[in-house]
Amino acid sequence: MEVKFNVRRYDPESTNAVEHFQEYLMDMEDSSTVLDGLIRIREEVDGTLSLRCSCRSAICGSCAVRVNGEAGLACNTKIIDVLSGEGNTVTVEPAGNLPVVKDLVVDFEPFWEKVKAVEPWLQPAGEEPKTEYLAPDEDMLHLAGVVSCILCGACVSDCTVMEVDSNFLGPAALAKSYRFVGDPRDDSNQQRFKTLNEYGGVWDCTRCMKCVEVCPKGVAPMDRIMSLREKVMEAGYTNTNGARHANAFVDSVKHSGWLDELKLPIKSFGIFNIKAMIGLIPLAIRSQRAGKVPPIFHKSIPGVENVRRIFEKVETKK
Amino acid sequence: MKYAFYPGCVSRGACPELYSATVEVCGILGIELDEDALKGASCTGAGVLQEKNQRLGDTLNARTFAMAEQSGNPLMTICSTCQGVMSQANERLLADPEYMASINEDLSEEGLEYKGTADPKHLLWIIAEDLGIDFLESKLVKKLDGVKLAPFYGCYIVRPSKALGFEENPGRKQALEEIIETVGGEVVDFPGKTLCCGFPILTINPENSVNMVANHTIDAKDRGADAMVTPCPLCHLNLDGYQPNAASARKREIDLPIIHLPQLLGLALGIEPEKMRLNKHIISTKKLLSELAISP
Repeated sequence: MEVKFNVRRYDPESTNAVEHFQEYLMDMEDSSTVLDGLIRIREEVDGTLSLRCSCRSAICGSCAVRVNGEAGLACNTKIIDVLSGEGNTVTVEPAGNLPVVKDLVVDFEPFWEKVKAVEPWLQPAGEEPKTEYLAPDEDMLHLAGVVSCILCGACVSDCTVMEVDSNFLGPAALAKSYRFVGDPRDDSNQQRFKTLNEYGGVWDCTRCMKCVEVCPKGVAPMDRIMSLREKVMEAGYTNTNGARHANAFVDSVKHSGWLDELKLPIKSFGIFNIKAMIGLIPLAIRSQRAGKVPPIFHKSIPGVENVRRIFEKVETKK
Repeated sequence: MKYAFYPGCVSRGACPELYSATVEVCGILGIELDEDALKGASCTGAGVLQEKNQRLGDTLNARTFAMAEQSGNPLMTICSTCQGVMSQANERLLADPEYMASINEDLSEEGLEYKGTADPKHLLWIIAEDLGIDFLESKLVKKLDGVKLAPFYGCYIVRPSKALGFEENPGRKQALEEIIETVGGEVVDFPGKTLCCGFPILTINPENSVNMVANHTIDAKDRGADAMVTPCPLCHLNLDGYQPNAASARKREIDLPIIHLPQLLGLALGIEPEKMRLNKHIISTKKLLSELAISP
């Protein structure tokens, strides 16, 4: 089949260093991957095209790019599955949220800095055992998904928070943190929680699920971040807008069966947070004017006692 | 066609216009809303409650599903977030009969049992799949010719695609664009249409949240959009309510009305804007309505 590759190019050393798209028409097999196409372009058509790849088997994590706007590994993306529009087009761009070095190659330094920031190594306490540190299989099972991470950067590429805030630790580093927080042999959770609870940590995730959707290895970073939130709160770190928001939300559903939208922002910011309370005033005035204010007296849903009973029964179950 | 109507918290709270527009539009399209079946249903948990205790969230949603089953009608949502949270809960319940049985045990005291037949569906999908685009077209009284509309889905109605049944229903990926085109609008495509509006971190990291609002509304505006259309009231709240903050953060005018999906349908079905509270938005819809030659 004839495929039109629409590849985003950028060469900082060129005399005209501007990002642009370049088209390559290639005759490909039905079974070909996007990486097969890119390698053939480089070898047969245009030797100046830069890309990064190694194993071609979705193990090394080198070839993460954006295909038709969404991150993934070029080596496990079949062209036939992503052809779009007229003329059998596939658009390939470098991974997002990382600086472009050249064409499809991005600089991973900011990625590694964040992974390093979560101290991704085992920090056990006590005397070193004579052989290795042992852990029961059943305690390690929940880490099976997260150890599958190949650090390809697909989740970071498409993270919607990193797009607006380079300070956010991001899905890859946070999933890596969970790998050690959840390891029964690790003993530095208090220190880890402190970092995770800070600005740029677990509370800054928007739960948009983009990382879950694009991860080629089923790591589900966002689900790990949610588990970390719970662990951070259990450890007593509850003096954040995030923790207050989660608690206020759950309390509202428990007591009335549904969301009290008036109280939620006040409880999240904390009523004594004068600056935030003043910050809410313009919105309150705008909403009031537009008639977009939730009922002042928040009534419970009919039969709310059944909801409360479920809370009491299930709150202790996980 | 009759549905057990699940309005969600927001259409009964800060977005009353969504509730009125839905009722008006469904009336014309022959979608009969059973507003009593789920009167006692709780909030879905919106993913927030699930952070703390997923089982608790699944139990509350199984309870809602059981109530819908009892009514004998399929469940209709009007919020991307409700839809996504319900679809994910349903996927977990259906995948594990033991889990479902133990959750049903907790529901039994109330005389409820979820049998597994609820198929929660957003109004967007109901129109595209159950009613059909041809039917919608046959009901239109005013084509909104020439109006440029940017779609904005909301995360939970596009991800995770597996739980949302995208494989079985590939049309769900483009349903909003299809409806925009059917009512005569021109789709303004932009990469932000399936990204986060920033609402979930509104009280946690307001600066990031406002930056998301700014990026999406400015991008759509600069690509020529007259308005943005969303099936998610949470996206609406942030993109509409915080647009003035986004404009002042970027020191420019944005002025992009954020229209709920039923409001868009209503305009093409000839419903008076006031009945759908189009005059009750933070970002005024006046200019949009006058371009469409509709008196507000």
